[in-house]
Amino acid sequence: MSPTSHYLPRLLATVGRPDLAAHLQQWGPRPAGGPGLIHELGRARLGGRGGAGFPATRKWSSVAERRGSVVVVNATEGEPASNKDKTLLLHAPHLILDGAAMAAEAVGASEVIVCIDEHASTAWRATGHALAERARHRQDRVPVRMEVAPAGYVTGEESALIGWINGAAPLPTFASRPWEQGVDGRPTLVHNPETLAHVALIGRFGADWFASVGGAAHPGSALVTISGDVRHPSVHEVALGTRLTDLIGPAGPSEPVQGVLIGGYAGTWLDAAAVAAATVDPEGLAPAGASLGCGVIVVVGPQSCGLRAVAAIASWLAGQSAGQCGPCARGLPTVADAVGRLVGPNAPPRWNAQIDRWLWMIEGRGACHHPDGAVRMIRSGIQAFQGEVDHHRHAGDCHRPAPPLALPRSSEVMV
Amino acid sequence: MTRTRRLLVDPIRCDAHGLCAELLPEMVQLDDWGYPIVSDQAVPAHLLGHARRAVAACPTLALLFAEAEVAQPARSRR
Ligand SMILES: Cc1cc2nc3c(=O)[nH]c(=O)nc-3n(C[C@H](O)[C@H](O)[C@H](O)COP(=O)(O)O)c2cc1C
Ligand code: SF4
Ligand code: SF4
Repeated sequence: MSPTSHYLPRLLATVGRPDLAAHLQQWGPRPAGGPGLIHELGRARLGGRGGAGFPATRKWSSVAERRGSVVVVNATEGEPASNKDKTLLLHAPHLILDGAAMAAEAVGASEVIVCIDEHASTAWRATGHALAERARHRQDRVPVRMEVAPAGYVTGEESALIGWINGAAPLPTFASRPWEQGVDGRPTLVHNPETLAHVALIGRFGADWFASVGGAAHPGSALVTISGDVRHPSVHEVALGTRLTDLIGPAGPSEPVQGVLIGGYAGTWLDAAAVAAATVDPEGLAPAGASLGCGVIVVVGPQSCGLRAVAAIASWLAGQSAGQCGPCARGLPTVADAVGRLVGPNAPPRWNAQIDRWLWMIEGRGACHHPDGAVRMIRSGIQAFQGEVDHHRHAGDCHRPAPPLALPRSSEVMV
Repeated sequence: MTRTRRLLVDPIRCDAHGLCAELLPEMVQLDDWGYPIVSDQAVPAHLLGHARRAVAACPTLALLFAEAEVAQPARSRR
């Protein structure tokens, strides 16, 4: 069946029917991957969905220039507020695996490795089942194996994941260039599962089909995980360019919304005015200095304190430092404690300026981008919740809790 | 084509010995935790000797020279 409809869902069209037969009935057989697909990804302007949004076509071209490469599917999803990758693994594993197989064929890779968090047992069981189905029905020319990766936020950083696949601890390396040297020293293409699921559909139906939803500059759809002060924490698929308020609506936010964290724990806080103005695409989020990142959206309602959320996430991120680089290992705890003092009544005078100075000292100085994400989250959070900062300083603690910051065990899928 | 050199710290190797800030204060300052913040500007000619000495003196080989391709097309970085 060729989807001519412009409506969603796309990636989540097979919710509840993860088997190969349903996948093939929905989407038809997959075409082979080749140079044409690399070009098509450029036309579709597909950006990576693991956080950084880097253009897929450029990564593929760098790897395709080199021989003997490997494709790594980074399905570790260590971000506590994200559930979209696990949702895809459970409901559309064959889209991810199709995309990985087409990527391997297009860049000339000889192996695909799918890495899944050790705690995501339902996801790795579903993936194991899907791989067995594909082997039985000879879906893949390039061999695929699954690895169950150690839990941890930083494990999902690509050089850490590659290091672990190579037998070392899952720790980032300095100045890594995976497209030159990755798994076993071979050129390595690392992608988020959602990115590859889009590849599977762009490969079948083309960039123009991909662009039949979404904005002109940034076409297509994206998966988002909505949580925080909402009645239904859930994963949705949305057209890029959707108004943020329309996107949050179906999850049942507590009104009036005080602020939203977008893009993950390493993302950007928007205040209520920015939430009202934003559309979910690079142009629509740029005025707030934000991006969709890995699709995480955390809502702060009137019953919660946004500043306390900033402090809680800052301290969680500080605890996730791999402890290798001074500015991250020493700097993040310092600044997380400092943000914690903003919550209490006794922040020293000019404390905002001190925090700014520390943020400036930390930014860009780790081997990986972990500290940079923390800096972005803290800086934007203090700005978005400046009213709360002033209130806590002058009138004392508001005693409202942080909103729920990690997902309930199984978030329902809403499409 | 002029090749200039920049300084770079490998933050994983660096143990905050602080020697580099002593030997090359013009280009290296220490952060509040004792780790070096190096200038991202090209090392000026008159400091090249001092910079070489600082690089050689770093006990963990964390301080590095990076070629800055000033007159070359920028290499893509990600
Ligand atoms: C601290 C940290 C954690 C990360 N965790 C993940 C993750 O869980 N999943 C993911 O796909 N990318 C993660 N990334 C991004 C990866 O390094 C990499 O950019 C991504 O997997 C590439 O896939 P994409 O191009 O499809 O987005 C993380 C990056 C950092 C700095
Ligand atoms: S920046 Fe932090 S998380 Fe990244 S490698 Fe260094 S210590 Fe580890
Ligand atoms: S001399 Fe080397 S180890 Fe010491 S602070 Fe400088 S770069 Fe770090």
